[in-house]
Amino acid sequence: MEWETVIGLEVHVQLATKSKLFSGSSIEFGAEPNTQANVFDLALPGTLPVLNKEALKMAVKFGLAVEAEIGMKSVFDRKNYFYPDLPKGYQTSQLDFPTVGKGTLDVTLEDGSIKTIGITRAHMEEDAGKSLHEDFHGQTGIDLNRAGTPLLEIVSEPDIRSAPEAVAYLKKLHSLILYLGISDGDMSKGNMRCDANVSVRLKGEEEFGTRAEIKNINSFKFVEKAINIEVERQIDLLEDGGRVVQETRLYDSEKNETRSMRSKEVANDYRYFPEPDLLPIIIDDAFVEEIRATLPELPDAKRQRFLDEHKLSEYDAMVLANDLATANFFEAVVAVCDNAKLSANWVSVDLQAYLNEAEIPISESPVTPELLGGLINKITDNTISSKIAKTVFGAMLAGEGDAEKIIESKGLKQVTDSGAIEALVETVIANNPEQVEQFRSGKEKVFGFFVGQIMKESKGKANPAQVNQILKDKLTS
Amino acid sequence: MSISADDIAYIAHLARLQISEAEKEEAAISFKNILGLIDQMQSADTDQLEPLSHAIETSQPLREDLVTEKNQRDDLQMIAPKCEQGLYLVPKVIE
Amino acid sequence: MFKSGLADIARSLAAGEFSSEEITTAYLARIKEKDKELNSYITLCEEHALAQAKAADNNRAKGETHLLAGVPLAHKDIFCTSGVKTSCGSRMLDNFIAPYNATVVENFNQAGVVTLGKTNMDEFAMGSSNETSYYGAVHNPWDKELVPGGSSGGSAAAVAAHLSPAATATDTGGSIRQPAAFCGLTGLKPTYGRVSRWGMIAFASSLDQAGTLTRSAEDAALMLNVMAGHDPKDSTSIDIATEDYTANLNKPLEGLKIGIPIQHFTEGLNAEVEQNIRNALSEFEKLGATLKEISLPNSHLSVSAYYVIAPAEASANLSRYDGVRYGYRCEDPKDLEDFYKRTRSEGFGTEVKRRIMVGTYALSAGYYDAYYIKAQKIRRLIKNDFDAAFADVDVIMGPTSPHTAFKIGSQSDDPVTMYLEDIYTIAVNLAGIPGISIPAGLVNKLPVGLQIIGKNFSESHLLNIAHQFQQATDWHTQTPEI
Repeated sequence: MEWETVIGLEVHVQLATKSKLFSGSSIEFGAEPNTQANVFDLALPGTLPVLNKEALKMAVKFGLAVEAEIGMKSVFDRKNYFYPDLPKGYQTSQLDFPTVGKGTLDVTLEDGSIKTIGITRAHMEEDAGKSLHEDFHGQTGIDLNRAGTPLLEIVSEPDIRSAPEAVAYLKKLHSLILYLGISDGDMSKGNMRCDANVSVRLKGEEEFGTRAEIKNINSFKFVEKAINIEVERQIDLLEDGGRVVQETRLYDSEKNETRSMRSKEVANDYRYFPEPDLLPIIIDDAFVEEIRATLPELPDAKRQRFLDEHKLSEYDAMVLANDLATANFFEAVVAVCDNAKLSANWVSVDLQAYLNEAEIPISESPVTPELLGGLINKITDNTISSKIAKTVFGAMLAGEGDAEKIIESKGLKQVTDSGAIEALVETVIANNPEQVEQFRSGKEKVFGFFVGQIMKESKGKANPAQVNQILKDKLTS
Repeated sequence: MSISADDIAYIAHLARLQISEAEKEEAAISFKNILGLIDQMQSADTDQLEPLSHAIETSQPLREDLVTEKNQRDDLQMIAPKCEQGLYLVPKVIE
Repeated sequence: MFKSGLADIARSLAAGEFSSEEITTAYLARIKEKDKELNSYITLCEEHALAQAKAADNNRAKGETHLLAGVPLAHKDIFCTSGVKTSCGSRMLDNFIAPYNATVVENFNQAGVVTLGKTNMDEFAMGSSNETSYYGAVHNPWDKELVPGGSSGGSAAAVAAHLSPAATATDTGGSIRQPAAFCGLTGLKPTYGRVSRWGMIAFASSLDQAGTLTRSAEDAALMLNVMAGHDPKDSTSIDIATEDYTANLNKPLEGLKIGIPIQHFTEGLNAEVEQNIRNALSEFEKLGATLKEISLPNSHLSVSAYYVIAPAEASANLSRYDGVRYGYRCEDPKDLEDFYKRTRSEGFGTEVKRRIMVGTYALSAGYYDAYYIKAQKIRRLIKNDFDAAFADVDVIMGPTSPHTAFKIGSQSDDPVTMYLEDIYTIAVNLAGIPGISIPAGLVNKLPVGLQIIGKNFSESHLLNIAHQFQQATDWHTQTPEI
């Protein structure tokens, strides 16, 4: 039997406001428990919500970026359930009239093809607090600093067909929200979280299978693993003649398994109804256009421009455009050295390798765009070879200064004086009569041996093009 | 419209209210009466009407994104039944 | 001294006839003496009141003073008061001391008004008789065997018995107007959104509105001048300029068109009450008004729709009372579920639990459309009825309640009978428009209330109409022996 996987993702993105969705409490990360929870956040009697304008603008901004229908009238609803980290006993969310309606997101798949994933909606809602299960004499401790933090929940259509597609979608979404500046997307802090609705069906089947919802997956890696393991579980179940139960499951990354969340056993009956403490949000075209005017160049447009303007390869353009900070870094390097190809290589290969290894973001790179551009300039003006450039780059990372200084202090300047190179060539030819004989008898492969020897003699500093030319002349004369 | 003891138990659970067997019966009776009153609504033809959830039909006001609150934990936890290390304590939450 | 209302006391303070400290001390003493029989106060703010009074006297001596500075007042125990218990008539909040003032309270404090105490009320404002209070029933000063009405029964009884010159109150379905009628007072429910709800404990958010219980329309105007206004902390507070509500009190009523809804004069209405209302309407004709019979064809559906919408909103509003952050918490819970259920079942009284259950049911899966959405559509119908009526008439008048105050305990068996108490007042809350109840006669020595309903933001006009009636009649000056 051939199975097809059907996935829809619900992604919660924490909006990068200063204050909460409905109160003036700070949402800064890492504060002492309950020091950022005011009378409203604690749901004291008589307290009331007032909507944060910035959160609304960010939601609309996202909607415009995915070319969605913008809800000119959106409505907050109360979603009722009891949980100790939910102070009001309801979460203020949006059900029937979300701020962002149907939109789309283009995702580049592993084979380079582009797939359009539908976005069903994106709505604003408040986050809950945190339950700390460390032992307080067998009790749970509640920290409400996070309660009321503004979230944008982005719901996809069930258009995703595999775990890698899900990851590609998430990465694209991540890239987009960073471009828009509406969230820092930091998954390790839970500022971007993902719930996956996963089902399987026989290939060719029209109807969707029964889905399980995997909650709160907090890294790209776990998304892929959690979906794969859940798909495996469902297929095993169905092939053994069982049935998939519609339920909420939790991904355990340590055991790499999903398991049913027993506490949500009772069917949820959230009793949504329009929030009477908040009025419908009516926005007009002017409001939307004002936000549209602030939209930055988005990843897809930037990728296209990198292709057109900088003549990069498809791959380089995509890799660089995906991450706003990387794209900006790249363009800053180009501004210094005016060589897009070399800039792309250095940023996406050498620099990226270092950053990955050191686990630091590009914003904290010890080599600035000015330094890297300066280094590339030294390559293009033949001061150093590409190979020597790697040595200089290493020294730059170690904080030894700019290219000029490093080349100077280490004496790495390329030898381009033909007299000096001639002398080197002659020495090497004189020292290796056997190989000269071989070359002259038609074994042209030994040419490489001579180049190697000459470069070694010059400590890599001889200009390779000149070495080639002079060596050829000497050997054939 | 009648309502069963099971319905009453289900609603009580949703509302996190404890209800004894005796109370269940009593509740079922008063529920029946109240639903009788409420069901008078069904006589009206409302097909063409939009629901009205607010008496005033203006737009939601917006607040500037400013942090206006300071740490008030000590004051706010003075009225809390049970706190430790700045946390509110509840019986163990089982995930 | 105790026959006075706010305006009189303000005039006396200004004239230096007595100080705020003197009048405050006198009221506190009277409350201690008389309230044992009435139970109209839950909390007396003795120390705090005297400090406020002294401050008001000092400010007056310095010449800096608001018209109402130093005048004593009582607040319904639904308004949060910083440092003073705010119980909302519930065991759930018996130990609750808010660290903030409701905007209404803050406004009065700013004006230098003295808070005598916090008045009794139906638990979470759910009731029409003030019998559901955790602190016990309130007795009607006109006859202590009778209820004062509810939910603002404590405020009404206190003012009627001269245990406060006036009081704040709230009205979700009639909770100001019905007690005003039962206790012979002037009770104003302003337009929804006119007075801030911040710090006022929510029963049904889209219906709740703060207002006044006073001895006269003039006093209500003075109070509204302090209470009304836009509050950026309440999203449903309307940003429309307030006015001086005393400015139009003396306008003549010549040409006033009064609508008389036939639906408010049907069976169920006590004949003697009806006669008093008809007499009052004749009085308005003498003042130059014309009467016109009108129809509010869907008014019979208002109670049904209300008993879906109000409990639905309440069921969510009262979910926050869970014993985690403040308020009542049960002893020795065996697990989280037991903790929630016992805290809430022990903390809430019967009527509150009943309404939470009804609201939960109306919102639950499978019933939402048939109940909640249907009720919201009926709400639209009712608003449309008023809009149509106001195309023809300036105000609408009728009885506030179908009868006078009833005996304590006489209607506590069937909740539906009690719910029908608010049959003439509830539609006003659904439509969000303002209404006022004024004394319009006595039946068997018990007060009868006339309800006047106006268009949105017509408080000034309603107060003008009420004041003119009170200039021509003396029903509002009648007072029980106590």
